Amino acid sequence: MEVFNVLLQLLDATIRVSVPLLLACLAGLYSERSGIFDIGLEGKMLGGAFAGGAAAAVTGSAWLGLGAAVAVAVGLALVHGFASITHRGNQIVSGVAINFIAAGSTIILGQAWFRQGGRTPSLSGAGRFEAITLPGAEAARDIPVIGVIYAELISGHSILVYFAFLMVPFTWWVLFRTRFGLRLRAVGENPAAVDTAGISVAWLRYRAVICTGVLTGLAGAYLSVAQNAGFVKDMTAGKGFIALAALIFAKWKPVPAMFACLLFGFLEAASIRFQGQAWPMIGKVPVQFMQALPYVLTVVLLAGFIGKAIPPRAGGVPYVKER
Amino acid sequence: MSVPYAKLPRWADYGLIPFINLLVAFIVAGLVVLLVGENPFRAAAILIEGAFGGGQNIAYTLYYATNFIFTGLAVAVAFHCGLFNIGGEGQAYIAGLGVAMVGLTFDTVLPWWLNFPLAILGAALVGALWALIPAYLQAKRGSHIVITTIMFNFIAASIMVYMLVDVLKPLTSMAPQTRTFQPGAQLPKLNWMLEAVGFSVRSGPLNVSFLLALVMAFLVWLLIWRTKLGYEIRTMGFSPKAARYAGIKEARIIVITMMISGALAGMMALNPIMGDQHRVQLDFVTGAGFVGIAVALMGRSHPAGIVPAAILFGMLYQGGAELAFEMPNISRDMIVIIQGLVILFAGALEHMFRPWVQTVFASLSPQTVGMAKEQGV
Repeated sequence: MEVFNVLLQLLDATIRVSVPLLLACLAGLYSERSGIFDIGLEGKMLGGAFAGGAAAAVTGSAWLGLGAAVAVAVGLALVHGFASITHRGNQIVSGVAINFIAAGSTIILGQAWFRQGGRTPSLSGAGRFEAITLPGAEAARDIPVIGVIYAELISGHSILVYFAFLMVPFTWWVLFRTRFGLRLRAVGENPAAVDTAGISVAWLRYRAVICTGVLTGLAGAYLSVAQNAGFVKDMTAGKGFIALAALIFAKWKPVPAMFACLLFGFLEAASIRFQGQAWPMIGKVPVQFMQALPYVLTVVLLAGFIGKAIPPRAGGVPYVKER
Repeated sequence: MSVPYAKLPRWADYGLIPFINLLVAFIVAGLVVLLVGENPFRAAAILIEGAFGGGQNIAYTLYYATNFIFTGLAVAVAFHCGLFNIGGEGQAYIAGLGVAMVGLTFDTVLPWWLNFPLAILGAALVGALWALIPAYLQAKRGSHIVITTIMFNFIAASIMVYMLVDVLKPLTSMAPQTRTFQPGAQLPKLNWMLEAVGFSVRSGPLNVSFLLALVMAFLVWLLIWRTKLGYEIRTMGFSPKAARYAGIKEARIIVITMMISGALAGMMALNPIMGDQHRVQLDFVTGAGFVGIAVALMGRSHPAGIVPAAILFGMLYQGGAELAFEMPNISRDMIVIIQGLVILFAGALEHMFRPWVQTVFASLSPQTVGMAKEQGV
């Protein structure tokens, strides 16, 4: 029973730390599937987290915070789109730029507006997304195993957690069962063909980039308005890059993306849970090793030793209409 | 609609357009200053005063510039080959181990002028090796170098935390850093250079690695434009297909270029470690690897552009520190915004103002942009 409880706590923590990864990973999926590489996920998440924390603190409403987070992240996504779609700039360079602009401006503006060392004021009550108890969770607690799993693991998260996991089948449906999804995938593989069919490559890619903005905004809002009670400077702490790693690990597919994020989330949760403790069978593992593991795994995958990750063919290449 | 970019006179291409891009970046940064409720012109004045106001300030400005020359050159060399080495940060960080190896072993045995070349080798070697794996994976396995170098930045950070906390830290110390190097591994300062021009410097961190950076800038120019290898690198960057057709070995060039790039980034570690703090500390790179991207883009990947661009960023770093004293609302993070804006406008949006400049040129004198013939004049 002891082991079961520890495992349950660990999985519960896994879900909580996986959600921002999952939202950012799905965000990257839309953009990269349309042929726009996006290493600016980190910056958009950070911008969203700051806007969410700031707006929720000022208005006292978590939903307005969420709206502000999405607006700012979409704004940054449009800058990326403007540079890489309209002006055919280097997408990597643009993504790097957005990461820096977000990293700097969240601290400067946060300090100037709230004067709490880059933090936003602490949120409480309606300013935060509270945990939702699913129907029957309390009653189910007495049922062994299944009931406990339902009450502890499935119930009791904020609405954004459920939304994030619902986004996985939804994204799958959009990409593989709708006309928009078909065109989105096509424009990432062969934009010239899409253009020949009379569909605007630029507009399709802009829509994909906007989807990315919305989802990164949600990821940011989750960090500052749901998981924590306010924005702390540099609170994304590389999550955008782990999400990017998960996206590659999942070979740009929504359902594997969820599992990749859960895996990376599990690694993070486990490294926090077992910090400084000896692991069963392995012995003591340095925390830094656990922290580096997602990156190492991604590099190994990219090297083609465990399956091959093939990016969308037109990824990173600006589309030029006629030559 | 998509008119191919017409030719502009060289001075417009290499001078006017980068200048306009930079100007726009600073105007937007000025708007941020305005948003925070400060006067951007006063901020600029304090910044310049803080960077060049005295010998001390200049010493600091050039000290920061030294870091950025190394990392800027690193990014630029990779750019010439069509590679984006975003891993300068990690390469410089891990190269701290190379410097530490030399410094901790020989600091009581050898004089600085023997330790310095050894440490250069150590730093360059470790930096190059850290770039080798992503380079090999790109060359042989086709994994995207941008992604692998990003991952390697994080891996390097984890390794360095582990090394400093668990391995290199002296038992008696609490802070995660190595012991302080003895004078044998401390580089001489260059304050006499500034004093010779009539400034007074009490204690500045400027040291001989600045001269090393300048030598490297010259060597990079020599390599890229005056050697066979440089020619092959540029050919690869211009058109990998043409390079392949010309019998240039793609994999070999990618690996060599990335190792040179990693070595240059690694040498950056010399400046703070042997030149200033005399020990390896956590996070001693402080973003210099990323500033290198902005510096390389601004300097158009040419050493003659990179050195002034690095000095400009050194000015922003040093002046920014002074600015934070005068205007508490503007912390050093303002530099991060400016850096981002420079990367955006000088890099991703570099062609934004081009059509507009072309129109101006075409209306002033059609010959300069080669329009006369097409119009049947």
